[in-house]
Amino acid sequence: MRHTITVLVENKFGVLARISSLFSARGFNIESLSVGETIDPTISRMTLVTSGDDQIIEQVIKQLRRLIDVIKVSDLSDMEYVEREMVLLKVSADSQNRAEILRICDIFRGKIIDVSPKTLTLEVTGVQDKISAMIGLLKPMGIIEIARTGKVAMSRAKK
Amino acid sequence: MTGSQIFLESLLKEGVQHIFGFPGASILGIYDLLLDCPIKHILVRHEQGAIHAADGYARAIGKPGVCLVTSGPGATNIVTGLANAYMDSIPVVAFTGQVPTSMIGNDAFQEADIVGITRSITKYNYLVRDVKDLSRIIREAFHIASTGRPGPVLVDLPKDVLLDKCDLCFPEKVEIRGYKPTYKGHPRQVSAAAKLINEAKRPVVYAGGGVIISGASDELTNLVNKGHIPVTSTLMGLGGISSLNPYFLGMMGMHGTKYANLAITECDLLIAVGSRFDDRVTGRLDKFAPKATYIHIDIDPTAISKNIRVHVPIVGDAKDILASLVKEIEPVDRSQWLERIEGWKKESPLEYKFSRDVIKPQYVVEQIYEITKDRPTVIATEVGQHQMWVAHYYKFTIPRSLITSGGLGTMGFGFPAAIGAQVARPDALVIDVAGDGSFQMVSQELATAVQHNLPVKVIILNNQYLGMVRQWQDLFMKKRYSGTCMECAPDFVKLAEAYGAVGLRAERPEEVRGVIEEAISNNKPVLVDVRVAREENVLPMVPAGAGIEEMMLP
Repeated sequence: MRHTITVLVENKFGVLARISSLFSARGFNIESLSVGETIDPTISRMTLVTSGDDQIIEQVIKQLRRLIDVIKVSDLSDMEYVEREMVLLKVSADSQNRAEILRICDIFRGKIIDVSPKTLTLEVTGVQDKISAMIGLLKPMGIIEIARTGKVAMSRAKK
Repeated sequence: MTGSQIFLESLLKEGVQHIFGFPGASILGIYDLLLDCPIKHILVRHEQGAIHAADGYARAIGKPGVCLVTSGPGATNIVTGLANAYMDSIPVVAFTGQVPTSMIGNDAFQEADIVGITRSITKYNYLVRDVKDLSRIIREAFHIASTGRPGPVLVDLPKDVLLDKCDLCFPEKVEIRGYKPTYKGHPRQVSAAAKLINEAKRPVVYAGGGVIISGASDELTNLVNKGHIPVTSTLMGLGGISSLNPYFLGMMGMHGTKYANLAITECDLLIAVGSRFDDRVTGRLDKFAPKATYIHIDIDPTAISKNIRVHVPIVGDAKDILASLVKEIEPVDRSQWLERIEGWKKESPLEYKFSRDVIKPQYVVEQIYEITKDRPTVIATEVGQHQMWVAHYYKFTIPRSLITSGGLGTMGFGFPAAIGAQVARPDALVIDVAGDGSFQMVSQELATAVQHNLPVKVIILNNQYLGMVRQWQDLFMKKRYSGTCMECAPDFVKLAEAYGAVGLRAERPEEVRGVIEEAISNNKPVLVDVRVAREENVLPMVPAGAGIEEMMLP
């Protein structure tokens, strides 16, 4: 099963290497990873997506907690959470399909952020399924370049 | 103060008395100050010797061992020793020189990215980038190495940081927000475990190295004595409970006793204390204690349910948890279970065939035990057959009396570790029981022992083979001895003498006792070459991948 795990870590050099080598040394795969500073500049927040059976995930979380630079680990899959990913897409656009691309962009509430005679570049934010769906629709037009941020997520506030 | 001065001042504040090291250009400043410093420096002959000696020092007294080497090759030469300390959870603080910060990453002379190289084999490591951080990092390094589940910590010291100046501000307290080991066991878990123990008809304790690290020997002894619970131990756990205790079943696992392994197989409750279900201990996992409920006490949460699902995990310090358990358990009558085990013991005792013509290696270990049992003794071993014979035939009665490489299985560990142990415990008799193969990996450290007047005794069980590998070839490779014959070896007596140590030899069974006694009565380092039966095998043995009750017996 796929799990979304957020990790608060010390914001200093070498920490990302420790996290990634923890995964690679044990043969666990990281499907996506995003890192950024928090309000406290000495702490970074990582959102990582990995999959495995319960025992593997339990080990992953325990191993993360054991790292000295790791301050807090939460498995969001155990709770209600919101997630977003952003993607930039450069799509080849000629006079025939340009309107169609704009329409798809509109449906997915994307934005055109760059235009050239032969291309359109789109920015779209959403949950991963939505982004995958849009990529599926744009594929036939010819996607030239794609850049995904990886998922960021946080738990929902208690109501 | 310069960085070098801050370095030594901080070590003094940590209470460091000994450094095992080897100098080089990047740490010249520290070596210059060492001449006038109360910390004693023990010069080794290879950096590998320095890290193993620091490890042996830590195992002997439970305080962190300190190792100091230069950048590049000096640093890479301690990699095996760090991995060794990491696998066995030994507190070692290793300091490595580094090229100046401005040159890091430029392939400078004697540069190696030792922090990158050792990330997965240290508990933590540091690259010091600013002299202002130096004393805090040293404080943290010792704290991390020696608390929680102990382990090696490496601190990389660039040359310019050691030259830079600032005031010494050694922090009194360590505050690391991501590092707060759990010591106290959860009371509800302890009660749940006590209930299981009280209800169990056939419980067994499986004790590991954690018992020794946590200093829980008395508590463990109280537990088994009060509850009438048989107890077996891993290699790392030997000495954690006295081998003379009537409830002790000897070592378990691949080369465990048949009765210990049968007790595990038949038990209805397994109480694992400070052990991690290593494959050399469990054999085939689905045949390991198949009828049992599991209690697992460990300070490291990642050790729990790593290999085997545990029913009642208790995270915390074994000493604290066992003390609480002793209070809650009842003295249940388990005579039926104990009698059954006693029957297995009579059926398949630990034994070997004595010979009047050739020296049996087991006999040598028995004699070492008989001669040393009434005096404070530390036995170190290398890795291989001799190591298992020590585990079988030397009766360890107190913690920290066995120093052996358990997890990594590092040949060449024992001799430098014995040197470290002798430094830590100058009044104890320190013996390295070695194989001829292992000893040849570190024979140069004879010079270290002689130079520093460390009267370590090395007793080589010399069969002119890499015996354990030969045994596997004998049993599983149709006796095709590929790369295991070591007939070309130095004359060990002459080798010892060449270094200024004493060399002795025993070739007949009747000579063994006299030669060992002579070695022990000599106050110099002594190397004893004991010519043993060449193709003796370590038995019992569980073939790799089999269940632990499927044993080959003598």
